[in-house]
Amino acid sequence: MKHKSGKHSPIFYAFLFPALFSFAFVIVIPFFLGIYYSFTDWTAMTGTNVNWVGFANYTAVFNDVTFLHSFLVTVAFAVINIVVVNVVAFGFALLVTSKLKLKNMYRAAFFMPNLIGGIILGYIWQFIFNNAITAFGASIGSEFLATSLLANRFWALLAIVVVVTWQNAGYIMMIYVAAIQSAPAALLEAAHIDGANYWQRLRHILVPLVAPAFTVSLFLTLVRSFQQFDVNMALTAGGPSGMFMDRALPTTEFLALNIFNTAFAFRELAQGQAKSVIFFITLTVIALVQVYFNKRKEIEM
Amino acid sequence: MKNFFKRNNIIAELFAIGLFLLYMLPFLMVIINASKPVLDIIMDPLSLPESPTQFITNVQAVMDSPVVRYASSFLSSTIITVISVTLLVIISSMAAWVLVRTKSGLSTAIFMLFVAAMVIPFQVVMFPLISWFHRIESVTGLLNTPFRLLQNYPGIIFAYMGFGSSLSIFLYHGFIKSVPLELEEAANIDGCTKAGTFFRIVFPILKPITVTVIILNGIWIWNDYLLPFIVLGAGNDVQTLPLAVANFVGSFVRRWDLILTSTLMAMLPIVIVFLFLQKHIIKGMVEGSVKG
Repeated sequence: MKHKSGKHSPIFYAFLFPALFSFAFVIVIPFFLGIYYSFTDWTAMTGTNVNWVGFANYTAVFNDVTFLHSFLVTVAFAVINIVVVNVVAFGFALLVTSKLKLKNMYRAAFFMPNLIGGIILGYIWQFIFNNAITAFGASIGSEFLATSLLANRFWALLAIVVVVTWQNAGYIMMIYVAAIQSAPAALLEAAHIDGANYWQRLRHILVPLVAPAFTVSLFLTLVRSFQQFDVNMALTAGGPSGMFMDRALPTTEFLALNIFNTAFAFRELAQGQAKSVIFFITLTVIALVQVYFNKRKEIEM
Repeated sequence: MKNFFKRNNIIAELFAIGLFLLYMLPFLMVIINASKPVLDIIMDPLSLPESPTQFITNVQAVMDSPVVRYASSFLSSTIITVISVTLLVIISSMAAWVLVRTKSGLSTAIFMLFVAAMVIPFQVVMFPLISWFHRIESVTGLLNTPFRLLQNYPGIIFAYMGFGSSLSIFLYHGFIKSVPLELEEAANIDGCTKAGTFFRIVFPILKPITVTVIILNGIWIWNDYLLPFIVLGAGNDVQTLPLAVANFVGSFVRRWDLILTSTLMAMLPIVIVFLFLQKHIIKGMVEGSVKG
């Protein structure tokens, strides 16, 4: 297979072509087009000219209060979501690696919501929050539960956390399960014999042993939180509306939904494109930080 | 002491069962309310269904709905998922193989390009993608043919090939690196062509990672909403199940009986597949993203 002279055989190009062609056609070309469009007055209407406007779209985006709010609310969601998903997932992982009788059934059940699309889960939970929980609240005479949690901006944000946790915890759980199962049992046993109780063993032996899994899971949840779209759209659609810097706006509209609405609801395609470029830069920074962390850990090991 | 542990175990067992039931409660709510007429749902979403045939009535209503077109949406989802995944498996394994077996700067650069692209969010390319597809259709004259890209199978399948190739090539690349060269060299000496070597010798060896690639891409494509929304559009002839359900919710003012029945019918295929292939699916999905 090695070619000393003329390294690349016809097979090299022939086998690479289908993947490279579709990749270039679907990602590379639209990606550069998209960056270019973000500096123009592009409307995607046929027959209209595309004119260069410099940083005008970016200036508009930085003055757009809804985008600033979306950014902040996405960061808030990401922080809460990372903590909740990982705590729940780690708890589940301990449960399904214990000696419980039905642990395999639990594992499958906790994992199952992960297989269903966020759009469908979002609608189901909208019914639960708007109808089922309110009916339950009314029947036990709780005024708080009788009004939909989705009508309050803070509870609505937490509602998204609940649904996303329900969807993702089983998945992150499996990453912890893999880490727990590969942790040397002898260490835990030795501590057990030395009289360490369950919490001591957990805190001082198991948690340090599965630390690499924490890093993986944290970044995975971070990236997924930032990219959250489906559940956001189907569950709250950005609502309820509320005030931010003297402006009424959708209070649970995350970045991806804000970009979507800028383009489709407000028909500001070029501005939506500028927002998505900023979105891309944010995600790239997260990815680079992750690479840095992984590199540093490799050195330590 | 022994009794203490026994009691603790029972508490743990009960706690786990409680958690399990709580976790399954949303599914139960869907099943219960998909078996009730809309008035009963509005009166009390927590009541149990009264008529055993109401579920069938609801399913029939969803089947007959001109918005959901369940049978046709199910078929479209299946066609798009099966063809996209099959093509992804073929093109990604081929590309990864030549990228691993050819040691050159170009080969490394191309591989890095595929990997780097994984960080690109769909939002950056989605708007230009539509107008780019539209331009290609118009320029090539595909627009009024059965092979047009937008609102049609070729465009969305092609898009999935592009968007799925990065992770798939990455997974195959990692696996092929650990496949010994000897077999391929032996096949070469025996007069097997390179293409023959790949399809007869190498590809069968890749089976474990192929399973992972199929599961990851299959579940992603089956559930995906945004890409079908962009490429197929809402309410056109070709629509996937998530699109159909979303359109349905948009077109009714909270007819929860039919909405919940439609979500149940959209979930069912994947839940059934999961029950049969549980171990493979869990393993495949976790492996894929941890490496990616």
